[in-house]
Amino acid sequence: MATMTIPAVKAAPTPMTVALKEAGMTAFVVFMLSFLMIGFESQATQGQPLGYVTRFGATAWGILLVPLGRIALVLDRYGQSMPSLIGGGLAFLYLAGGAVIALAFDVLVIPFNDYFGAAAGASGIPMPFADPIVDAIFGLGALYIVAMAIQTRRRAAHGELTLEERETKEERSSIRAKRLSLVLGPTLLVVAFVLPLTPLADRSLIGTLTLILTYVMLGWGLNIVVGLAGLLDLGYVAFYAVGAYTYAKLSLDLHLSFWASLPLAGMFAAFFGVMLGFPVLRLRGDYLAIVTLGFGEMVRIILINWQSFTGGPAGIGGIEKITFFGVPFERNPAEGTQSFHTLFGLEFSVMHRIVFLYYLILVLALVTNLFTIRLRRLPIGRAWEALREDETACRALGINPRNTKLTAFAMGAMFAGFAGSFFAVKQFFISPESFTFIESAVILAIVVLGGMGSQVGVALAAILLIGLPEVMRELSLYRMLAFGAVMILIMLWRPKGLLAHREPTILLHRGNGKPKKMGARA
Amino acid sequence: MEYFTQQLINGLTLGSIYGLIAIGYTMVYGIIGMINFAHGDVYMIGAFQSMMVFLICAALGLSWVPLQLALMLVVAVMFTAAYGWAVERVAYRPLRGSTRLAPLISAIGMSVVLSNFVQLAQGPRPKPIPPVIRGGFEIMESEGGFIVQLGYLQIVIFLLTIVLMAIFAYLIAKTPLGRSQRACEQDMKMASLLGVNVDRTISQTFVMGAALAAVAGMMVTLYWGVNDFAMGFIAGIKAFTAAVLGGIGSLPGAMLGGILIGIIEAMWSAYFSTEYKDVAAFGILVLVLIFRPTGLLGRPEIEKV
Repeated sequence: MATMTIPAVKAAPTPMTVALKEAGMTAFVVFMLSFLMIGFESQATQGQPLGYVTRFGATAWGILLVPLGRIALVLDRYGQSMPSLIGGGLAFLYLAGGAVIALAFDVLVIPFNDYFGAAAGASGIPMPFADPIVDAIFGLGALYIVAMAIQTRRRAAHGELTLEERETKEERSSIRAKRLSLVLGPTLLVVAFVLPLTPLADRSLIGTLTLILTYVMLGWGLNIVVGLAGLLDLGYVAFYAVGAYTYAKLSLDLHLSFWASLPLAGMFAAFFGVMLGFPVLRLRGDYLAIVTLGFGEMVRIILINWQSFTGGPAGIGGIEKITFFGVPFERNPAEGTQSFHTLFGLEFSVMHRIVFLYYLILVLALVTNLFTIRLRRLPIGRAWEALREDETACRALGINPRNTKLTAFAMGAMFAGFAGSFFAVKQFFISPESFTFIESAVILAIVVLGGMGSQVGVALAAILLIGLPEVMRELSLYRMLAFGAVMILIMLWRPKGLLAHREPTILLHRGNGKPKKMGARA
Repeated sequence: MEYFTQQLINGLTLGSIYGLIAIGYTMVYGIIGMINFAHGDVYMIGAFQSMMVFLICAALGLSWVPLQLALMLVVAVMFTAAYGWAVERVAYRPLRGSTRLAPLISAIGMSVVLSNFVQLAQGPRPKPIPPVIRGGFEIMESEGGFIVQLGYLQIVIFLLTIVLMAIFAYLIAKTPLGRSQRACEQDMKMASLLGVNVDRTISQTFVMGAALAAVAGMMVTLYWGVNDFAMGFIAGIKAFTAAVLGGIGSLPGAMLGGILIGIIEAMWSAYFSTEYKDVAAFGILVLVLIFRPTGLLGRPEIEKV
């Protein structure tokens, strides 16, 4: 007779065992991720076949440090926040402090190497990684651990939130976002108008702001398609390219001025939008996304290969510069003509043209914004929002989905066309390189990160995504890495966007005027 | 005729590679309904890791080709699978149940991060390696002296693809892993109520997709012999096109779509122009979607109100 054995009741694992187990797992993953890609670097020396050098030091430090962080996070999850507070704090101070000192040494000492005889990165503090920026990244990780620990302690002091409380909190944050955007919008606007007139404004600042505003305008244009009509467009940059090339060709071949070409470029881009949209708008969701992506790539490939018309990969140069409504910005105007500075009796300055371009894009962007806001209140805008919420219901109510979508597509394309001709007149050189998929992705990211449908949110996201990398030019190589990481982190932090209040513009009256509480979500 | 046969062989080779990447897209789409934009970059990392194994082999003096190939295959698959797992864990799992666009944006961010990470860690230049497998059979010869060649490498690629597809079909159809995967694909909530560990199943899907992408990366390393950090993007787009062409969510469809895209590309380059080969691939995609929106082997979606 076999005796039945009663399985022993397993004791609940202590936090430390769980932490150690997860740390082991983490160490394994970090090893797998870093061993081949970081531990070895492939290098080709002159005349030799490809070889490699090893960097096991960096790998080893990663395998040591990341699991330590994991232990801290797990213990924190169990409410033991003290170790992560202290350990994380110390690690942050050491890593970030050391990195800052090392960077400062690089900046300050290296120019005077001849006097001090110091080598690069020779701050004297032993750091785990050769590159101070990697040290700083790990330092930021430690900071995150500290932040989590502080949050845990605060929660322990105030108690857990119930579902109800969390929902009111969410609702309140949505209302707060709305209120914030009411304040933030005008503030940003005033700053945008006044900034170039202050002494702060130098060439590079205005240049960066112009770039940001270009993306703000593109974001607002794409917002019509993605945010209002709910059509996922991954090839938006194609219309931007169409606008840019239209102006370039019109100015070079037909000698039209910028002001005459601008509406034509917009119209042509809108026409393009309709042409591309017509066959594909029956598709839904992700299929539409992939086809628009395909169209975007097709436009770029055609621009590269249609040498005789577009100049191929070399692009088009020598595009007509911007004029002040016909008056050029030139140092030495031709005999018998006016230039901007002679017209106003000013000293010649290159800044005139740059500041004028800045105000031009500001006005163009504001026109886009105003247009969108007004359109939302027209029947067509309502139809877009309805279509976004439920296409089948729209069909049942007699809204023609195809025409509605086409107008959204055409409107979005038109603004991209305007922005494109602005880009061409600003750069006076365009090539297919400026119209790659990553541009579409950046514009879409701006719309989604801003909180779809929120105009101020789009502006905020553009400042964050375009402005930050410009400011961080020092980090040259790490710039794009940081850009991608910021995209992921914002999504993880606020999945609905920075200023999320995606509600239809109008709602049926809900009793006492307060927003009704939704039932517990499934 | 001879020229055509040669292009067909080349197209099939290319198509096998696209098909293997496409399976990763289609599985992920089938199970969580998102476009995993970072998948092309996972394939690029697979290519780099297999290249690294090859370099290490060369430095250690292992020159027996089958051993080299086996090591490249096993090591690249294992290490790239870790990337697939990590990508899902870091960028997608926290966003499950969120809006539809959130994971898409974080996927695009992940793609940017991965390609720039490789650029930083391995340098921006293209990395050439010498051909590992040379030579081939001469199948036929035309009067003009044009010789149709079937390279040994191409045979290896075909065989590997067929074997992998067979293993894969078995995995999906017969094992508990495949069953839980199909269950999650049909109804994730119900599957979790019935005791399927949804998180683990999704992780396994990403790991499997990354493993196949690593094999494709190894193949492309052997076939073209040059890797660079930006190679994942266009291959990824084409593979996704292949997945949509075959009917997204369908595994045989992904392979079929990949092979079709490969053949179209090879034929177009051979008979028309190499410049517009990508336009041809996308053009076919648009046509298919207009006339058969669910792809070649996809099931039509029924919409309920």
